[in-house]
Amino acid sequence: MAHRMEDQRETIYKVDPEHPETESLPTLRTEELLLNMGPQHPSTHGVLKVILELEGERIVKSTPVMGYLHRGVEKLAEAGTYHQFIPHTDRLDYVCAMYNNFAYCRAVEKLMDMTIPDRAEYLRTIVAEIQRIIGHLFWLGTQALDIGAMTVFFYTFRDREILLDWFDELCGARLTTSWYRIGGVERDFNDSLIKKVRDFLDYFPPKIDEYVVFLDKNRIWLARTVGVATISAEDALSFGLSGPSLRGSGVDYDLRKYEQYGAYPKCEFSIPVGKNGDTYDRYWIRIEEMRESIKIIQQCMDQMEPGPVMADVPSVTLPPKDRVFKNLESMIQQFKLFSQGFDAPVGEIYCGTEAHKGELGFYIVSTGGGNPYRMKIRSPSFIHMGAFDNMARGYMISDAITIFGTYDIVMGECDR
Amino acid sequence: MHAIAEHIQAKFPNGFVKADEWRGDLAITVTREALHDVCQFLREDPAMDCDYMVHVSSVDWPDEDERFEVVYEVQSIRKRHRVRIKARVPEHDCIVDSMVDLWKGAEFMEREVFDMMGIRFANHPDLRRILMPDDYPEGYPLRKDFPLQGKGWRDTFDFLDDPA
Repeated sequence: MAHRMEDQRETIYKVDPEHPETESLPTLRTEELLLNMGPQHPSTHGVLKVILELEGERIVKSTPVMGYLHRGVEKLAEAGTYHQFIPHTDRLDYVCAMYNNFAYCRAVEKLMDMTIPDRAEYLRTIVAEIQRIIGHLFWLGTQALDIGAMTVFFYTFRDREILLDWFDELCGARLTTSWYRIGGVERDFNDSLIKKVRDFLDYFPPKIDEYVVFLDKNRIWLARTVGVATISAEDALSFGLSGPSLRGSGVDYDLRKYEQYGAYPKCEFSIPVGKNGDTYDRYWIRIEEMRESIKIIQQCMDQMEPGPVMADVPSVTLPPKDRVFKNLESMIQQFKLFSQGFDAPVGEIYCGTEAHKGELGFYIVSTGGGNPYRMKIRSPSFIHMGAFDNMARGYMISDAITIFGTYDIVMGECDR
Repeated sequence: MHAIAEHIQAKFPNGFVKADEWRGDLAITVTREALHDVCQFLREDPAMDCDYMVHVSSVDWPDEDERFEVVYEVQSIRKRHRVRIKARVPEHDCIVDSMVDLWKGAEFMEREVFDMMGIRFANHPDLRRILMPDDYPEGYPLRKDFPLQGKGWRDTFDFLDDPA
C-alpha cells in the first residue's frame, strides 16, 4: 500500500464518565455500515434489493428497494378486455397461478353480479386448495433451504411435482395455468383426475408428518425461527398484513370464513391461529393449513354432484370449447367476447380472496364497455414488504433472509 | 343510506359529499380537507373500529375539473364492515393528507399511488417512487395520458423509419 488515508471521521465510541476504567481501553472507532443485499441474492425469491444499515451484524434500519420486476400489469389491464386479462393474472404470483385466476374471476363476477353453478364452485374450491398445498410446499421447501436445511426441499418438491403433473393434465400447464373462467371453469375433471386426487388425499397426510419430523425438533430450525421477526397483533393489523403472516400474530381473520365464497361455507374446517407472531408460528400455521386443505378437498369430493361447470349467461361467459370448433355462432361469440369484451355496468367493486399468501384483492372501476377503466391489484407480497423494516430491526443479517421467507413473498406479485 | 354513511354525514356535514352503495360495497366521497378527519374518526371511534387498511388506490378522470380520485379502503375486522373513502383533487394541486399516522401500512401503499399517479401526500415520512426508478423522467404511468406503448430499442436509431 502506498500510503494510508488519514481518517477524518469522528469516533462514536465515547468514554463513559461513570465507568472511568474504560478510559484505559483503546479507542474503538465504530460506525454504521451500509450493505446492499440483492438484487441478485438467491434468497430474495426474485429480484429485490434491501439496503441494510448495520451496527456490527445487527440491522438498525432496512429499506426495501422494489420494482425490478415491474411490468405495468395494471396499465395493461386497462387496455384489454376482462377475458383477456385472465392469463396476465397467472404471471402475478407465478408459483400459485390458480389462486390469482380465482381471485380475478371472482372480482369480475362480483362486478357482473353473477352466480356460479354449484359444481363449478366445488371444482374451483378443490383446485384452489390444491394450489394452496402447492404454495405451502413451495414455501416450506425454500424457507428451509434458505435457513440451511436442504433435505426438506427435496421432499416437498417431490410431492409438489405430483400436483403440478395433475395441473398439467387438468389444463395443459404446470405453473402459468389458466383454468378458471369468468362464470365458471374451463372444463370438468375427468375420471383419471378424480382418481388421482383421491389417491393424493390418501398419500399426502403422512407426508406432512414426514416434513415435520425434519423440522420440529431440529435445533437449527428452532433457533432460527422461534422468536425471530415477531410482530404484535396490533402492528400486524396496522401494517395490513394478511394470511398466515397476520394469523401468526393471533388475529383470526381468514376471508374463507369471513366472506364465505366458493364451496367453503359447505365444508367444515378450522383456521389455525398462532400466538407469538414469530416465524415459527407462521410455519406452524402453514403446516396446519395443509392438513385443513386436505379436509376441504375431501369434503368437496364427497359432496360434489354432477352438473354444469359454467354459468349460463351467454353475454358474458364463453361458449363450451367443443361448440366453438363446430358451430359458427359459438365461434363468433367467443371471438367477440375476447376482442370486444362484454358490456360491464358502470360502477366499482373491491373483491378480496384468501390466497395462500394473504388477501389478494382486485379493485375494479368500470365505466361501461369491455375494458376496465382502472384495475388495482392489492397484492399481499407488496403490503407485507411494508412491514419488513419494522420486523427486521434488531435482528441479524442472516435473519433478513428468514423474514423474506416468512412472508412467502414472490416478486412478480409484489412489483406487478 | 347506509348507517355508516349517515353517521359520517352527521359528524362531518361540511366534508361529506355523497355515499354510494353498489354490489354490497359502501363508498363515501368526502372533500379533501375532511379526508384525514374522516379516516381518523373511522379508525378511532369504537363503533367504527376500522383497524385494517385494505388498499390505497387512485383513479384518473382527465375530463373532469378535479382530475384525480384518491381511494382508501378500510375495514373493521371485529365489526365486519368495509368502507371505501374517496376524495377528489385537482391536477394543479394534487396533494392529500397522508394516513401513515393512522395505519402504518399506508406508507408503502401511498408511495405506490405517488409513483403511479403523481398524487402527493402531506406528512408522509418517505415519499419516493417505489416501483419505477427514482430518476424516472417520463411522468406517472397510470395517468390516462401516459402512452400504453413505450419506446423500444429501435427508437434509439434515427435512420429507422418512423412506423407511423
